[in-house]
Amino acid sequence: MNTALLYALVGAGLFFLGLYALIVHAHLLRKILAINVMGSGVFLVLVALAARTGEAAPDPVPHAMVITGIVVAVSATALALALALRVQAETGRAELPEEPLE
Amino acid sequence: MAREPGGEKIVNPNPMMSNGNNCQRLFRLLLGLLLAVLAAGLGYVLSSLPSPAPGLSKPVAEHLEASGVSNPVTAVLLNYRAYDTLLELGVLLLAPLGVWSLGVAARHREPLVDPVLDMLARLLVPMLILVAGYLLWAGAHAPGGAFQAGSVLAAAGVLLLLSGWWPGPAFSGLPLRVSLTAGPGVFLVAGVALMFAGGRMLEYPPPFAGALILLIEAAATWSIGITLAALFAGGRPVAGPHR
Amino acid sequence: MLEFHWQAILILLPFAGAAGCFLWPQRAVPLGLFVASGIVICVIGAGWQLAELGTQRYAVGGWGAPLGIDLYTDGLSLLMLAVTALAGLGISIYSSGYFSHERARYFWPLWMFLWTALNALFLSADIFNLYVTLELLGLAAVALVALAGGADALSGAMRYLLVSLLGSLAYLLGVALLYHGFGSVDIAILAQRVEPSPVVWAAAGLMSAGLLLKTALFPLHFWLPPAHASAPAPVSALLSALVVKASFYILARLWLEIFPFAGPGPALLMGLLGAAAVLWGGVQALRQTRLKMLIAYSTVAQTGYLFLAFPLASVTGWTAALYMLLSHAAAKTAMFMAAGNILYFGGHDRIADLDRIVQRLPLTITAFALAGVSIMGLPPSGGFIAKWMLLEAAIRSGQWWWVGILIVGGLLSAAWAFKVIGYAFTRSEAPHDTRKIPVVMEWSALLMAMLAILLGLFAPWPLALMEIGSPFDREGSG
Repeated sequence: MNTALLYALVGAGLFFLGLYALIVHAHLLRKILAINVMGSGVFLVLVALAARTGEAAPDPVPHAMVITGIVVAVSATALALALALRVQAETGRAELPEEPLE
Repeated sequence: MAREPGGEKIVNPNPMMSNGNNCQRLFRLLLGLLLAVLAAGLGYVLSSLPSPAPGLSKPVAEHLEASGVSNPVTAVLLNYRAYDTLLELGVLLLAPLGVWSLGVAARHREPLVDPVLDMLARLLVPMLILVAGYLLWAGAHAPGGAFQAGSVLAAAGVLLLLSGWWPGPAFSGLPLRVSLTAGPGVFLVAGVALMFAGGRMLEYPPPFAGALILLIEAAATWSIGITLAALFAGGRPVAGPHR
Repeated sequence: MLEFHWQAILILLPFAGAAGCFLWPQRAVPLGLFVASGIVICVIGAGWQLAELGTQRYAVGGWGAPLGIDLYTDGLSLLMLAVTALAGLGISIYSSGYFSHERARYFWPLWMFLWTALNALFLSADIFNLYVTLELLGLAAVALVALAGGADALSGAMRYLLVSLLGSLAYLLGVALLYHGFGSVDIAILAQRVEPSPVVWAAAGLMSAGLLLKTALFPLHFWLPPAHASAPAPVSALLSALVVKASFYILARLWLEIFPFAGPGPALLMGLLGAAAVLWGGVQALRQTRLKMLIAYSTVAQTGYLFLAFPLASVTGWTAALYMLLSHAAAKTAMFMAAGNILYFGGHDRIADLDRIVQRLPLTITAFALAGVSIMGLPPSGGFIAKWMLLEAAIRSGQWWWVGILIVGGLLSAAWAFKVIGYAFTRSEAPHDTRKIPVVMEWSALLMAMLAILLGLFAPWPLALMEIGSPFDREGSG
């Protein structure tokens, strides 16, 4: 097993770990963190496998994609945090109502 | 609230709910097992990928000369796939827009009159700006670039906000909005201008590519820094006391 | 002018509009309407170009795939752009009367960003670029839902955001697998290189799961009704008419071009889920007591019809699904606008208290009824043409059992539509205060509803457009 694959496997693990946390935790902050862990997992898979060029320099395209992905993730996280604060201010709880259907 | 028919919960266990009992523990156990199986499957898939796989590193290197920069990541971000980056700066402008629509910045952080923090800010902020400038410049040939520089600039902004240096009303109106829009704005203008100059959208003529990329990156660095700091403030700015 | 960069302008114009509306909020309404009409002109230009020169591939930055990003236009993407332009223009006109000054300040730039994302998405030929457009789309949509304020809208927006991000990440992981497996993110190149293998199956599963979640296909629809129902009326219209269709479009592209070898298994699964959505959405719509919630459940049902194209797997089947998408977009826009008018007028949308809306808002209820005709699938509406073609495709492929779904789905729609209209004729026991509605809001609802009907009368024209580049005629899918 080479290093690139090892990191990629960690990335896959993080993705599913984050998914588990996203589903089981009710608190919005935990859900937002879970999404971020999932995102990091995906980015890790993208970047790690870029090292398989067979040369010293990795493939730059996935690196650029990850920078794009990180910026998107930052924006999404900022919006999510602001929204979570508003939900808490409005409903008194930092959780989503249990029954989404009226 | 209308009750759901009893069958609904069994057929479609809503993952977003939590009932503290054994049923929930069983659900978590089964979910964990299911996800572990999926993770193992994904692991198998990852290990089945061919190696070595050059990806696009060869064409990236071949056209590096014409891209205007010698750092391949910057070439991909600002030239080959510049269109992605343009849309991504759109996402970055969208974030403060969405956050501002939700409410005003909570100025719950009392302006700290901590002399140590104040000193630190005075000392660090010029340094951070200098580092940001260096990273922006270095991005053309070494790791660095607009996003890294912008993040460092944002760190300076956050430090200023924490130590009570909130922007005054003179900045929080149009000047702030212009700062947020500058990055995508310059990019957009470049894209359109190049189109009417005979090329395709975002097609840089090789002799000017380096200069154009630096111009776009400089505007983007400023916007990214201000955007991230504005997001840290957590809402739209309000006119108020300032230093 | 024939060689003009119509595709690029279709993306840059709303983007510039978003920046402009953000910079000068007091000029946002005229600026937004200007951009909306500009986009309609550009779509006409792009359509003319397509009709004259055939499908268009536009290499952004001049590099071309696989190094650069390509924009690709064929009949399918043109049709999606046209739907967006028409519904978008209608919604822009409606919104110019709907929003208060403070809300308009945020609505216009967000809506322009949403439009940028939609146009960019329908034009993109690059699966990573599609990820960026999906995120732009999702974040703009969430912020627009939250614009309504209040506990319901904020919770709905929060759930929508989490679901949307989860869907995007699953999609992105699939993109990562495809890139690392085949060295490109361009759809046409992938279509040549991809062969059945574990990597492809994993990528197809992840990307489809993410997109199905975003399209709200039963049973992944739980987030849609609260988000769509609690949003401001023009935003509900945008979400139901256009945003859920965007992820369906990507799904269709992926399965038609990159994974056409998948065989009948996954296609049948999607068809069955679609059928379940038609039934479940219809029944739930019938049970609702609030008008907007009802319309939102009807979106769940109508989205189900689109997925019948997967098992039918023929040119007729796909054309029918696309026609369904087109007429549903027009009808659902009209319906949410009508609901918005009722809410604006009387301050509530309780179905049982509609209180002789027929006399007080005749244009609005006419719009609702006409839109209902199309959603039920009665002639001479766009919905009728779409269902007729679905019927034809089902019988031709020997899968006659889907016909039952079409009939039951139509009956369920008829039941709820007549229920609403019935209450609109009766006097309510609880009279309430009313306020005057801007004229544009009533007329734009009526015009959108008439468009849904006209789609039934002038079907050959959009059908001919759809065939440019024969996007549905792929081996393995027929």
